[in-house]
Amino acid sequence: MVLTLLVITFAVGGILGFVYQQTKEPIALSALLKQTEAIEKVMPGFDNKPMEEMYEIEAYGGLMLKVFPAKKDGQLLGVAVETSTSKGYGGEIRLIVGMKPDGSIVNYEVLEQKETPGLGTKMVDWFKPAAAGTDKSRSAFFDKLFGVKAQEGAGNGKSIIGKNPGTTDFRVSKDGGEIDAITAATITSRAFLDAVQTAYKAYVAHAQGTEVDANTGATAKTGNEDTDKAEVRADALSADEAVTDNKDGKN
Amino acid sequence: MNQLGNFTKGLLKDNPVFVQLLGMCPTLGVTSSAINGLGMGLATTFVLVMSNLVVSLIKDFIPDKVRIPSYIVVIAAFVTVVEMLMQAYTPALFSALGIFIPLIVVNCILLGRAEAFASKNGPVGSIIDGAGMGLGFALALTILGAIREFLGAGTIFDFSIYPGEYGMLIFVLAPGAFIALGYLIAIINKFKKA
Repeated sequence: MVLTLLVITFAVGGILGFVYQQTKEPIALSALLKQTEAIEKVMPGFDNKPMEEMYEIEAYGGLMLKVFPAKKDGQLLGVAVETSTSKGYGGEIRLIVGMKPDGSIVNYEVLEQKETPGLGTKMVDWFKPAAAGTDKSRSAFFDKLFGVKAQEGAGNGKSIIGKNPGTTDFRVSKDGGEIDAITAATITSRAFLDAVQTAYKAYVAHAQGTEVDANTGATAKTGNEDTDKAEVRADALSADEAVTDNKDGKN
Repeated sequence: MNQLGNFTKGLLKDNPVFVQLLGMCPTLGVTSSAINGLGMGLATTFVLVMSNLVVSLIKDFIPDKVRIPSYIVVIAAFVTVVEMLMQAYTPALFSALGIFIPLIVVNCILLGRAEAFASKNGPVGSIIDGAGMGLGFALALTILGAIREFLGAGTIFDFSIYPGEYGMLIFVLAPGAFIALGYLIAIINKFKKA
């Protein structure tokens, strides 16, 4: 009895060890490929190896973000920043955002999200301008049948591409900002923009060598560092309350 | 029973999902789209065939008292192998199925067939039984996945049939899975009686 179990588990252990060895490399390779593809999508046109030049910067609250510089002929085209937020409706949302050196958004890709299917999950394409044929909420078959042409450039109120969080207010219109939230998914939209703001603020602060601001738009004032930090934290807290209030209210 | 009957019983007459009502957890959990259902079904089929084969080969060496733990170790071994292979060679499907891949181990179909068939029959019969049951499972999951995807998102295998915004969201979520499966079993029962 014991012998049987011993033989079986021993044999199984050997087999699993063998398969693990064989698949270790392809697994690491496919993870690397996934990351490279994401960087290429959000910050195209580079000829260096962003993965090898990766460095980390500190975001507000101590979160460390990975930055992948994209260069062409030695010149910095922009960076791809991996960012995240914990304020998603279903938990953590992870994004990778491509930004030009001045902070303008080139593109983004959602790496991980647990939002409601059909609502929050729309963030994957919502904040990009409508391109022909990519809008899954429309049926290509029926559009062709009825001769409806996909509107290019439609949805610029919701797109973040090309906009700069320094000059455009990257909050949902409900909060007074300039970005249209996903219909019936305001909390997800707020969280998404929060993640983008985190990346922008951390990158700009790092580039300028200044302190990172909180995402509510409060700027760190010079002077008494302790009071400034307390003020900034208080502003951040009141923004969280606003999120909870709205969750019970309109949405 | 001849081998053809052995194979086809798993597809319709004794379908693990629609008739035996086994493996409900992955059935309800991964069928939010047709391709996920198909992928899960095929992964399970592979594990089922391999575990049935191994169990039928070693059945004479396993004392009766330790047969359940032994079968489970065998099943778990193959599931782990499948998981590693998927992670290495089909990463997109691997992330889509997520936690349900290791959950194949506790899919009642595997232990059920090992106990009911592979422990009492030869390797050839066991392979065919495993293949039939596995493909029946895959068929059930693909059909359920296609129905839920069509009703919930307007697509089948990602091919858009009608605009997704008119889809019934509930069918993409858990309650819709129960509802769709219930109706499907009812319809199949009706046809079987006829």
